[in-house]
Amino acid sequence: MISVQGLSVTLGSREVLHEVRADVARGEWLAVIGPNGAGKSTLLRAIMGLVRHGGTVTLDGLETGTIKPRRRARLIAYAPQSPLLPPDMTVFDYALLGRTPYIPYLGRESRHDREVTGSVLERLDLAELAGRPLAHLSGGERQRVVLARALAQQAPILLLDEPTTALDLGHQQQVLELVDRLRLADGLTVLTTLHDLSVAAQYADSLLLVASGHAAASGRPSQVLTEALVSRHFGAHVKIEPGPDGRPVVHLVRGGP
Amino acid sequence: MSRIRPLMAAGAVVVLAASMIAGLLGGAADISPWQVVLQCLDWLPLVDVDSGLAPVEQGLLWELRLPRVLIAAAVGGLLAIAGAGYQGVFRNPLADPYLLGAAAGAGLTVTLVIVAFPGAPLSIPVAAFAGAIGGVMLAYALGNTAGRSGGTATLVLAGVAVTSFLTAIQTFVQQLKVEELQRIYAWIMGDLGGGWDQLVLVLPYALVSGVVMLLHGRMLDVLSVGEEEAVSLGVRASRVRLVVLLAASLATAAAVAVSGLIGFVGIVIPHAVRRVFGGSYRVVLPMSLIVGAAFLVVADLFARTVMAPAELPIGVVTMFVGAPFFVAVLRTTRKVSV
Repeated sequence: MISVQGLSVTLGSREVLHEVRADVARGEWLAVIGPNGAGKSTLLRAIMGLVRHGGTVTLDGLETGTIKPRRRARLIAYAPQSPLLPPDMTVFDYALLGRTPYIPYLGRESRHDREVTGSVLERLDLAELAGRPLAHLSGGERQRVVLARALAQQAPILLLDEPTTALDLGHQQQVLELVDRLRLADGLTVLTTLHDLSVAAQYADSLLLVASGHAAASGRPSQVLTEALVSRHFGAHVKIEPGPDGRPVVHLVRGGP
Repeated sequence: MSRIRPLMAAGAVVVLAASMIAGLLGGAADISPWQVVLQCLDWLPLVDVDSGLAPVEQGLLWELRLPRVLIAAAVGGLLAIAGAGYQGVFRNPLADPYLLGAAAGAGLTVTLVIVAFPGAPLSIPVAAFAGAIGGVMLAYALGNTAGRSGGTATLVLAGVAVTSFLTAIQTFVQQLKVEELQRIYAWIMGDLGGGWDQLVLVLPYALVSGVVMLLHGRMLDVLSVGEEEAVSLGVRASRVRLVVLLAASLATAAAVAVSGLIGFVGIVIPHAVRRVFGGSYRVVLPMSLIVGAAFLVVADLFARTVMAPAELPIGVVTMFVGAPFFVAVLRTTRKVSV
């Protein structure tokens, strides 16, 4: 569904990403992990076509450079790490922005657009907040509202940059469970960055470890999350054990490195 | 709510109509409101009613007050909607129509015309229009060559640079011809008494720019979530910004051409509208147009009558009336943040 070949990004004079390749199958969840500043967010932004890049990105068989912006927006939805939420815009109006790729340039939303938005809010338990301004939401609600906007786009691919930052444990789980449920129900292909390695291993089908702009490792969570790789690329002293379901769990070891 | 409601729009239009009738009434001659309404109806095509006004009074209404009220409404509406447009493009509540050098450009060309060709009345609006457009184009060219990375911030800084540079030249020219200082100053403080000629001169630009901006309300709402997300929603954000910027600059130039420099309207009216009616540009743009028009008509009425027969400069009145008005709006509406 997503195929990235030889992706390189240079910002200013610094090469942020170098020859990265990644493949995500339809319905799969790929989590991009890596230390701060490794280029995780840049990878997502390059896939979205938001930064100039070398190499090719193919979405559902279509090369991103060749498709029109509106067509691309119907194929792939994106939620940045810190989305800008206009404080006095209501939850409904914000989610409705997700319908933009279906509305003519100078046109207005159709009844269908409003119905889609309404049902997305319903699914995400946001129907009661529909009329509330974005300024009056808690952190967890904001994250769900951003997700609602992305889902209103009805794109088969979902790109989420750190969807759980600034959320407490319960809300992290709530958001990730939601993404997982929607993915299974609608057959969405999901690509996220996640900074918590155990969480990434828990939810994603496969992991891509990005370090200093290179794809350092990729594969199933148990293949990527090894003590050697984490120690080398994160500079952290960790112990990794299989959890109850066999997926790796990462523990920090006090006193290291 | 993201859409303008009929009741809201109707109320604003009624307020505008009332302010315009009040504007027609204000002045030394004693004409009753009812007669003014009848006379206005009589002016409409295919309508023939007798207002009972003498030809002199009809002439006074037609030649002086009506064009003046219409110019005030047009200028107020254009400045307010241009201000709202600039605020949407730059996502900055402090953006105003003069941000990109329109005022300084017009100030310079008008000063040059007054100094070089005194006594050619129509050349001043033409010069102001050209100067305003020139100032914005200079800022835009400068902002684009200074680097792509900064985006709108670079453009604002280029506007600041162009404004100071052109103002410096304008001040220098003005000092060379101190005897014209009063005319230059009078233009800078604003004047709405241009008459039909000037109104007709700017009408096409006003209509085109106004319609283009009104059509882009939803696009400005999409831009309000940020450049990258707008792009991810399939919007060519930089093109939308350029179109709205051009339209807002054209509106500003049209307003500056017939009225000189009138401060405060472009920044205060959109904010007041936002406070009262919500922040969606689909509401802010049309409501700014109507409320800005009504505001300037009333401000002009005030300017003409408070010290009659002398007139206050309209720029002074907008600030004098506008500042307390804005404070009142800020105090009474706390629900919306900017």
